[in-house]
Amino acid sequence: MSITTRSNKEATRREVDRAIRSGGGDWRPLAFQGLLLLALITSFGILVVLLTDIVTNAWPTIQARGFSFVTDGLSLNPETAGVFTGIIGSVIIASIVALLAFPIGISAAVYLEEYAPDNRRTRFVDTTVRNLAGVPSIVYGLLGLAMFVPLVRMIGLGGSTGGKNILAAGITMAALVLPIVIITSIEAIRSVPATIREAGFGVGATQWEVIRSHVMPSALPGILTGTVLTLARAFGETAPLLVIGVATGYFAPAGDASILDRLTGPYTALPVIVFSWSRQTQAAFADTLAPAAIVVLLIVLFLLNGAAIWLRNRAEKRW
Amino acid sequence: MSDRSPNDAVSGESALFDGAARAPEVDAARVTGGSPDNTHDVIISLEDVDVYYGDFHAVDSVSVPIREKEITAFIGPSGCGKSTVLRTINRMNDLIPTARVEGSVTYHGVDLYGGNVDPVQVRRHIGMVFQKPNPFPKSIYDNISFGPKIAKYDGNMDDLVEESLNRAALWDEVKDKLDDSAYALSGGQQQRLCIARAIATSPDVLLMDEPASALDPIATLRIEELMYELKQDYTIIIVTHNMQQAARVSDRTAFFNIDIQNGQRAGRLVEFSETATLFTTPSEKTTEDYITGRFG
Ligand SMILES: Nc1ncnc2c1ncn2[C@@H]1O[C@H](COP(=O)(O)OP(=O)(O)OP(=O)(O)O)[C@@H](O)[C@H]1O
Ligand SMILES: [Mg+2]
Repeated sequence: MSITTRSNKEATRREVDRAIRSGGGDWRPLAFQGLLLLALITSFGILVVLLTDIVTNAWPTIQARGFSFVTDGLSLNPETAGVFTGIIGSVIIASIVALLAFPIGISAAVYLEEYAPDNRRTRFVDTTVRNLAGVPSIVYGLLGLAMFVPLVRMIGLGGSTGGKNILAAGITMAALVLPIVIITSIEAIRSVPATIREAGFGVGATQWEVIRSHVMPSALPGILTGTVLTLARAFGETAPLLVIGVATGYFAPAGDASILDRLTGPYTALPVIVFSWSRQTQAAFADTLAPAAIVVLLIVLFLLNGAAIWLRNRAEKRW
Repeated sequence: MSDRSPNDAVSGESALFDGAARAPEVDAARVTGGSPDNTHDVIISLEDVDVYYGDFHAVDSVSVPIREKEITAFIGPSGCGKSTVLRTINRMNDLIPTARVEGSVTYHGVDLYGGNVDPVQVRRHIGMVFQKPNPFPKSIYDNISFGPKIAKYDGNMDDLVEESLNRAALWDEVKDKLDDSAYALSGGQQQRLCIARAIATSPDVLLMDEPASALDPIATLRIEELMYELKQDYTIIIVTHNMQQAARVSDRTAFFNIDIQNGQRAGRLVEFSETATLFTTPSEKTTEDYITGRFG
């Protein structure tokens, strides 16, 4: 090897070395990264402070009452008051939502995505549904008061509350989450690769067979995640319930009341209990019982979110 | 039909490896396909077929007769409408809302676009294999059995699955893992699975849109051998960018090109003849330019 080529090589090496090393100097990428980190720390910090505050306040109740706080019903006595009535109310509302909003929402999404002709009217419906998802929940409360409460009364299920019962609440919540169910289902259906559809049609499947055997199974993980998250919404919403006449006071149905009487009578829900306790003049309710109820509510929401993630992973892992 | 064996069919093996990006010369010695004996009847006939996507005139007045139990190849530059023409034959273009087909496509003399014709039934007679392997996200077994199941097949499903996989030369590789996901197979295996899936519904005709374009040379070779076998029972139409492939496997070749008239681009059929003729003594200058790589 001659000296010239070697020195050439050396020169090349130095040049490459310089070219591929980072220039240092530029502070902007670092600053940007710092800003992003700051944003993360801020939002996370707020969450931590909030949680710490709630749990600290709730701690005396949690310690003194333990699990009986969850299994005891409402009471005027802070020593014995629990959230059980609210949990039952919220579970019933969520069940009505699941029963009404899921089938209707998923069907509407399938229709919009698979059957509706791609024209102005369809696009108008699509846009409207998306806008409805952003309507403040209190507006749905007004809708419930104007339509669903009379509806429940009309079909003879008004009971002692004249329609301002848990059935009307469930229907109102279902209407509230319906646009979200439709949108998440549409997105899930859209994300099914076109090649799978083509494959189905290619072997002579009808549209219905393609949807049932290929599109829906592939879209299911996304649909499940979205719908379970709407249950969390149904659990947490308070404002519409206040509008359509949830009981914020205390009631104790007679021990021998029939199931129908209970369903059509006064009711309450978990977030409503938080709301009404925090406005109590009796110090114990606002100071420690309300935070404890919040802790219960948060645990329910975490469980629902966990269930959504679990369902998605399970459905996705199949293939 | 001539008695060439599948091995003869791929005797141009070295041509597979010469790696030229596009249309390397196909010399006469490599043309192993294409001297059909004209004993087969026309099974599908396209006459003056025009296809529009919205206002766009994609295919202009194409007429091709497809003969039974032959392999017909569609070749031509990208965008000249090969896939579009292919998809008119099993009405896959129905799935594209903007697509419109004019002219006549007949199958055994029946107008495929006539009133009362159910595209679903058409696709059960005219199966399709796509460019990219597209198995269902299901087990290997379910991939094969789906088509027969919806067609209310009443024989023994296990036997049918085995037979289909056998015909697609895949059985030995997958017989121990029929319940595994089809996605666990290699690309070449997936494509053979798709071929098995297409023949499981026992169609008459197989449409193959660049079935080997995503595959390596060995897998490509297997698909070509397979086509050669399948030709005994099926009529095959294959779209390919691979000139050697067309020359090796097909009996007849249709060359399409993009024609620009009055500033409008449209795909037209330039030449259709026996493969040997088209590749050795094409009658059109453009065909010659294309197959010898002196194109554009
Ligand atoms: N769904 C569609 N909507 C609108 N135009 C389309 C559609 N599909 C194809 N085209 C147009 O029609 C023409 C023919 O397309 P086609 O896919 O049939 O070509 P091709 O010969 O198969 O090309 P390639 O070899 O690249 O696959 C092209 O100009 C293409 O842009
Ligand atoms: Mg194509």
